[in-house]
Amino acid sequence: MTPTLQVFLIISAALFSIGLLAVLSRRHAIFILIGIEIMLAAANLNFIAFWRFGPHPQPPTGIMIALFSIAIAAAEAAVGLAMVIAVYRHYRTTNVDQYDQLKG
Amino acid sequence: MNSAAFIVTAIITVAAALAAATLRNLMHAALSFAAAFVGIAALFFLLGAEFVGLALVFIYVGAVAVLVVFTILLTRRDVGKDRGFNWGGAIVAVAVFGSLTWSILKTQSLAIGAPHIAMLTVKRIGAALMTAYVWPLQCVGILLTAALIGALILVMEERR
Amino acid sequence: MSKSIDQVFLNAKQWLLSWLTGLPTWMVQVASSLINIFALLAVFLTLFALISVLERKILARMQNRYGPNRVGPFGLFQPIADGIKMLIKEDIVPMRADKVVHFLAPILIAAVAILTLGVIPYGRNMTPFTIDGGILFFFAVGSTTELAVFMAGWGSNNKYSMLGAMRAIAQMISYELPLIISVLPVVMVVGSLAPDRIVAAQAEYTFGLVPRWFVFTPWGAAAFILFFVSGLVESNRTPFDVPEGESEIVAGHMTEYSGFKYATFFMAEYLGMFAISGLGITLFLGGWHAPLRALGFVPSYVWFFAKLSVLLFVYIWIRGTLPRMRIDQIMNFAWKFMLPMAFTCIIAAAVWHYAGRGLRGWLWSLFVIAIVYTVLSMLLDTKRKFAPRVYRFAE
Repeated sequence: MTPTLQVFLIISAALFSIGLLAVLSRRHAIFILIGIEIMLAAANLNFIAFWRFGPHPQPPTGIMIALFSIAIAAAEAAVGLAMVIAVYRHYRTTNVDQYDQLKG
Repeated sequence: MNSAAFIVTAIITVAAALAAATLRNLMHAALSFAAAFVGIAALFFLLGAEFVGLALVFIYVGAVAVLVVFTILLTRRDVGKDRGFNWGGAIVAVAVFGSLTWSILKTQSLAIGAPHIAMLTVKRIGAALMTAYVWPLQCVGILLTAALIGALILVMEERR
Repeated sequence: MSKSIDQVFLNAKQWLLSWLTGLPTWMVQVASSLINIFALLAVFLTLFALISVLERKILARMQNRYGPNRVGPFGLFQPIADGIKMLIKEDIVPMRADKVVHFLAPILIAAVAILTLGVIPYGRNMTPFTIDGGILFFFAVGSTTELAVFMAGWGSNNKYSMLGAMRAIAQMISYELPLIISVLPVVMVVGSLAPDRIVAAQAEYTFGLVPRWFVFTPWGAAAFILFFVSGLVESNRTPFDVPEGESEIVAGHMTEYSGFKYATFFMAEYLGMFAISGLGITLFLGGWHAPLRALGFVPSYVWFFAKLSVLLFVYIWIRGTLPRMRIDQIMNFAWKFMLPMAFTCIIAAAVWHYAGRGLRGWLWSLFVIAIVYTVLSMLLDTKRKFAPRVYRFAE
């Protein structure tokens, strides 16, 4: 069975749902961020799969989108983790259910 | 040959991602997060996008995973077990996966094989980055600098 | 005749593969890759064993004593004795340690070190695995070492291991930037990330005498020094071996490992040294090319391993000569000095290219590097006065 486009898209959908699972079910702030990263990676996989199987794969548009998406996701992960540390210093816990007050 | 490697890589990737999303032990989940990204990079290699795969390993496994484990270390009072798991999220995730798969399988125009393309060399990516995509490149540079400074300011302790 | 000696390993591999002509293509490819891997492992594990005893003997001679000289002629069979000792030691795992992480850490470090060895050209047509982004593969896989070091430190459930691992990671991440940025001028000038093309770009000889290696240009020399020092740090060698401690935190992240796992860490450090030296030779020292055109009859892999031996000797020499630096001195050095100098090398390489790549380009790029170096030295001066030494005796 040579992998067709549908197989890659199903894998990317599976990864996206797993990321969604992590975001919706986990109570630890860092793992919500991990779930977001997995969702972004699934979207990148989608882009690359469509670039590869598309009718005219000559201009590397899918590659470019994926590259910039990786860079931006890395920046967002860094800032997100810094925010988790900053919020931890105030609340002394990383359980997002306890972040319930706007007053600092 | 191609399909055997593909099946193994896909199974490992999805299993590692599932482990990252559901494991109780924080460190094990973070390390399987790194393993999932190695799997995704391998899938990129199979799709012919080697540069993106290597960039993924470099950035995610080499930097973001280290950041995540450091943050886990710095924000624990006890020896890291995550308490609480919301089962409603699992139902939503399964529903999303089901609907996506149904719509993919229903679309007949997606059941195509891979056309034969010339290998994408790094030179072409570099040429595209410097000609057609030079403005996004500069913007991403500014964004990364801003993220660097912002992350530092967020975490820096004020001097009393 | 010399050409066939040069290609003798390739011909041997072709002869071995000719036994498998009837099988499907994918099996022949897998067999070819396996032969490459076994040859690579055989050569480098032997080299590791040899270097481990030679290092002790060279260090010993620098310290005016003999090294190990009991086992075998001149002590050269010492690695066999060491190997047997490591293998029969009891494998102690701390009770509260995380078993999976503790087990996987040395395996991951060794696997990463061996993976990076696969993209270096060892001779004419003798690169084990040609990847178009070979240099990026090297650095991407090499940056996984940090995660493995963290796993080792955390999996041991020991405060001192954790502290050693944190220091090791801080040091390695800080020096990854100068390492990669000092490689950028070479990639810029050659226009490709493939190690084969980089070696091929250093092939000519000026006047038939001086080879056109990148180390003979001003930006190349500065970048090579930066690359070499960053390689020292990445392999955790003296003077940057704070993670290994040896008098401070026992063995840092490797404290709780005994027997074969410790030998694996040791092996991974040396293989990392080989990989970084090999990459330095590929990028700056002309790869497998001979230094003089007249000496081109000597096989290409002999030149590669000769240059590798010289670089390893310099590693051992530096270990025997310099004391250990403090961790804050190491970080200052990386961020305040090496990073600006690495950026300067890129600018100097661009100046060299656009001023014609000849004598004019050489002098202009030398000027750029000299200016930045002088300004940095003046800015970073610690203003410490040197006073005549005062001797104090117990009264």
